[in-house]
Amino acid sequence: MSNKMNQFMGSSDYVVSDELMHAVNVAIALQKPLLIKGEPGTGKTMLAESISKALSKNLIIWNIKSTTKAQEGLYVYDTVQRLYDSQFGEGDVSDIKKYIKLGRLGESFTSEDQAVLLIDEIDKADLEFPNDLLWELDKMEFYINETKETVRTKHRPIVIITSNAEKELPDAFLRRCIFHYIEFPDASKMEEIVRVHYGDIEEKLLGQAMEAFYWIRDLKEIQKKPSTSELLDWLQALMISGISIDRIKSEIPFAGVLLKKNQDIDAMYEIKQKGYSLKRWL
Amino acid sequence: MFLSFFYLLRARGLNVSLNEWLALIEALDKGLCKASLLGFYHLCRSILVKSETDYDKFDLAFAEYFQGIVTPEDIPEEIWKWLSQDVKTRDINDRTMLDDFVLELEELQKRLRERIEEQKEKHDGGNYWIGTGGTSTMGYNGYHERGIRVGGEGRHKNAVQVAGERNFKDFRQDNILDIRQFQMAFRKLRQYSSRLDGAKTELDIDGTIDETCENAGSLRLVWERPRKNTVKLLLLFDSDGSMMPYSNLCSQLFQAVSKSNHFKDLKVYYFHNCIYEHLYTTPHCRRGEWINTEWVLSNLSSEYKVIFVGDASMAPSELMSKGGNCYVGLYNEIPGIDWLKRFKSKYPKHIWLNPIPEREWDYTYGYRTLQAIKELFPMYELTLDGLEAGIKKLLVSR
Repeated sequence: MSNKMNQFMGSSDYVVSDELMHAVNVAIALQKPLLIKGEPGTGKTMLAESISKALSKNLIIWNIKSTTKAQEGLYVYDTVQRLYDSQFGEGDVSDIKKYIKLGRLGESFTSEDQAVLLIDEIDKADLEFPNDLLWELDKMEFYINETKETVRTKHRPIVIITSNAEKELPDAFLRRCIFHYIEFPDASKMEEIVRVHYGDIEEKLLGQAMEAFYWIRDLKEIQKKPSTSELLDWLQALMISGISIDRIKSEIPFAGVLLKKNQDIDAMYEIKQKGYSLKRWL
Repeated sequence: MFLSFFYLLRARGLNVSLNEWLALIEALDKGLCKASLLGFYHLCRSILVKSETDYDKFDLAFAEYFQGIVTPEDIPEEIWKWLSQDVKTRDINDRTMLDDFVLELEELQKRLRERIEEQKEKHDGGNYWIGTGGTSTMGYNGYHERGIRVGGEGRHKNAVQVAGERNFKDFRQDNILDIRQFQMAFRKLRQYSSRLDGAKTELDIDGTIDETCENAGSLRLVWERPRKNTVKLLLLFDSDGSMMPYSNLCSQLFQAVSKSNHFKDLKVYYFHNCIYEHLYTTPHCRRGEWINTEWVLSNLSSEYKVIFVGDASMAPSELMSKGGNCYVGLYNEIPGIDWLKRFKSKYPKHIWLNPIPEREWDYTYGYRTLQAIKELFPMYELTLDGLEAGIKKLLVSR
């Protein structure tokens, strides 16, 4: 690759699959946003942090909420402040620039060095939200009406977008993105991930816990499957409690750490005991 | 250079546009595929495919294009004979005829591939496909054996094997119907109004401008109540034995509804085949765990939108006659259909969701009662499409 500096190879505290690494590098090379989807707990958000760390670039996070408007990411014209200032005679009201506040997207455009911009959970926003950002993400520039200025990027930021698939994203938006779906890690990958977090974990404890964990994930009756972050919490609980290793698989101690719903815990124990569950829909 | 691959992807239902294709060419120019087929596979997938639900289609198309899974040996004799006969009848100088021939070959390959896929599913899916065979005249041996072998070997051998593994089969949109999709459908069930009680938390811009002008230009803020969803929902589940095969589906629907917190009010009751004097409060439909249907009719106002979920299949007497209640020891004075009619007249917004696929409605075992109920309530099948259509129906003003 021409630009070795911008090659993402994963970082010490984030285990990345070859496919994902490849997708990140493609996105960087083609200067397109990278859209990441995947089950909760597969480290979508962590990815951006890891990229920024590995390439030592500044990370700018734009957290999307259901009320977020695309405009807010570009800039906000603080009219109320200007009105107040004019009433109380404070500051230079004729200088509109003072009342233009750049949003996270604007920040990443104007950053002196190339930044990593994380647009987190884009699907939380209104259906029209992604469409409103098409031009800005394509051309990486926007126009401020009030000051008649165009904000252009000095360095196109590396844009990482995560989605939980709550809403379908519009086709026009998808066309401009590089897409990657993070698969739930298989056992060997998971072991690698665990070792990054708990380097000194006991071999036997890990083996037993992993077996129990994947057994629970495979149960059809479970509504909310435990994910990586729950496994990590559970392992910590197991290590701290010093519970005997033989009991892990037979009793599933601290099931509440893995399963977050009463029904799921009940169903799991019922299956554990009887081998089946008759729970239907309560 | 791979232009035919581009068209193959489109032919296989992947919505790949020229823009993305050009991006792929650009990426290839930059050497991003690392000169390996696996690299190329990942590169293509990340640029051309925009949803995990399409990964499987892509895998299939990729394997098809780069492996040539359909090797000539796999096509049985008769088809070769037929094909060669076809060629003979055509004038070789006639271009359109030639194209025609290619098309037909493709069609044939497609059919063959369908068979191949069937075989693979037979192997993967286990019990269902066994015994349905019989369509084997096309000879679907090659890929089946291969399928097993590919799965058995370690990953990252080569791209075609990875593609052949079809790891994303479960994500195909036409296969799954999960809670979230139901939830998304239910989100559409809302009608906003600001006439409800609640704190005034939203800035009323017009009011603020008026007040500020009145106040000689000094800012005075005016607030108003946020608009809230006013939809009230009454959900009635059939929890009879005949619904057992659909319990998973119903369970997903139930969870989707109970997780949707945007309804003003949600009431869920259960019934056993048909509605009589009592509505059960639990899905187990046990004697005593019930409330009077009369109470529901008189206490829940007609604003409630009613969704029935049931197979509507029962013995005709259960629906039509006195004492039709099949629950031993319960006798109903009023036939079930009259109760249903009372619901219909009390609640103007009503639909019936039926887990039985619509194409079977005319001849399923309970088709007689199903048809009778369908005349009372607009009936939709319990699929995503059916639910969406039903919700639309609930929202239209009469």
